[in-house]
Amino acid sequence: MAEDIKKTIIEYVRKEYLDEDSDQQITEDTKLITSGIVDSFSMVSLKMFLEKKFQVKIPDDKATPEAFDSVNNIINLLKEFTPL
Amino acid sequence: MSNIGSYEARVKDFNWKMAEVELGYGNNGKYNIGYYCSDRICEMGNGTKAALTWEGYTGETKQYTFDDVRIYSNSFATILRETGLEIGDRICVFMDRIPELYISFVGILKMGGIVQPLFSAFGEDALVMRLEDAKTKAIISTRKHLGKVRRIRSMLPELLWVIVVDAGDRPLERGEIAFSMEQAPKVDTIEIANVGPETPSVLHYTSGTTGKPKGALHVHSSIVAQAITSKWVLDVRPDDIYWCTADPGWVTGTSYGIIGPWANGITQVVLDAGFSANKWYAFIEKHKVTVWYSAPTAIRLLMKEGLEPVSKHNLSTLRHLISVGEPLNAEAVIWSEKAYGKPFHDSYWQTETGSIVISNYPGMKIKPGSMGRPFPGITAAVLNPKTYEPIQTVGTVGLIGLKPGWPSMFRMYWDNKETYDKKFHNGWYICGDRSSIDSEGYYWFVGRDDDVINTAGHLVGPFEIESALLEHPSVAESAAVGKPDPINMEVVKAFIALKPGFVRSDDLTMDIMNYIRKRLSPLAMPQEIEFVDSLPKTRSGKIMRRLLRAKEWGEEIGDISTLEND
Repeated sequence: MAEDIKKTIIEYVRKEYLDEDSDQQITEDTKLITSGIVDSFSMVSLKMFLEKKFQVKIPDDKATPEAFDSVNNIINLLKEFTPL
Repeated sequence: MSNIGSYEARVKDFNWKMAEVELGYGNNGKYNIGYYCSDRICEMGNGTKAALTWEGYTGETKQYTFDDVRIYSNSFATILRETGLEIGDRICVFMDRIPELYISFVGILKMGGIVQPLFSAFGEDALVMRLEDAKTKAIISTRKHLGKVRRIRSMLPELLWVIVVDAGDRPLERGEIAFSMEQAPKVDTIEIANVGPETPSVLHYTSGTTGKPKGALHVHSSIVAQAITSKWVLDVRPDDIYWCTADPGWVTGTSYGIIGPWANGITQVVLDAGFSANKWYAFIEKHKVTVWYSAPTAIRLLMKEGLEPVSKHNLSTLRHLISVGEPLNAEAVIWSEKAYGKPFHDSYWQTETGSIVISNYPGMKIKPGSMGRPFPGITAAVLNPKTYEPIQTVGTVGLIGLKPGWPSMFRMYWDNKETYDKKFHNGWYICGDRSSIDSEGYYWFVGRDDDVINTAGHLVGPFEIESALLEHPSVAESAAVGKPDPINMEVVKAFIALKPGFVRSDDLTMDIMNYIRKRLSPLAMPQEIEFVDSLPKTRSGKIMRRLLRAKEWGEEIGDISTLEND
């Protein structure tokens, strides 16, 4: 289950935030915010995707750059609001 | 004692000739910004001094002395000349905040090119508009952004070369050149382009309410204003470690992230990483930053993280803090004093002004929430919006106007004289912002005088967003306005009427948001989309953005006598 979630998020990040010609690898530990792959403005659409896909409501004060900085961090955040 | 000393005395005695003398500008017939930012510092005996300490998001660091900047910028100038590029050609730098961005900027100026910096998060539409308008001849970029450049290349017949600074042994296409700054032959001396003070230097694009983005063209003598304001407003001193958090894709990142500090021979540090409070504080601590020039959005994000991360780091090296981009709210000034023991000093200027024109100065009383007072040598006023005469009554809101004539003022909008001419009335340059002045001469920002959206200190044009939205298959009509945001001051909100056959849904919202982010930039992406049946229009069919904006801000709607369906 957790593997599926990980795969779903990685695929989404790759599709939406990397250039289509990019050869950059994304893993569960890849820094998303500090590396600039996802910026603070784009976090809004990523949060919306997560909420829709996993049927959760992430409070704005929990949607911090740190919480979104890797797929693993995002999974930990999701765990706070839903039994994964 | 600060560099500026007594503000009143400086205002009384100042003339721009003094600033030229202070910089040595024009000595021996030299006017090139590139020379003043590298060779001149070396000639003054500071060649071994650190010019740039760069840190990537992984913590990797690189350091370059002024002599390195001199030699590597010579290498860039040489390769550009070898491709046949000449004085006056527009050469775009399109990179993340890597050392090559800063050093190629100097190199382009040295060979006489006009630098066109573009934000590396720009999407294809945003790039095409700006490169097409400027008839750009070359782009210096990296592999990361090469895909975007390749996809738009066929639309840019004037574009001759794409120089890739990290190509390695990757295959390149026709018209692309691999150039590694550090592996290329070192070029100790070159003939620096013999430019005059009025020769064009930097072309920064900025957004307006209507039409495409406009290229504000600056000239080499802009350095006179950028150097003296760095000295007097940023208060940089020879031993400082200076950190400007702005990206050189925007004007702060070039005027005060390259030209100002390097003209003064100051060591600057650059962090090429996304925002994180802990990362930023660790960076200040590690590099012993003394002067920090940042933006209200970043300061408010740091406020949101609270005092705990501050307490985990030694930030005692900080000596002077300055802010720019949008008005700095009083709470942020007061909080910074509590958190860092020093207040942030707000400063005001814009792409067109090229350098700070109104500011709070070191040693002068700060009024939290105020923009401060005009820089010595700048004649400013608040003008009646109908007569363009200065308003004499204290506290009355009007348009900020500046008397033309300071060195860093833009000289034209690229190929757009009509729009340029509209910026001047009754002998004043009209900034497009509204303000009042108090009894002590401090300016108090009220808001924009047009529909341009100031998000996180960057101006985003509603027309550009609406045009891109109309390209989305579902959108029949749209309006983009700024809505209030506690961190970014404003964010983009789009009102959209869908074409028949399309149904409002979260998936469609996300699709439209991501569409704009990729086509234009993350800044332009609507943070909220409201689907509507139709948009309010005048009887002549023009969408009434101001009505939608007023509703978002809870303001009076004003005259709606021209509304189509009221």
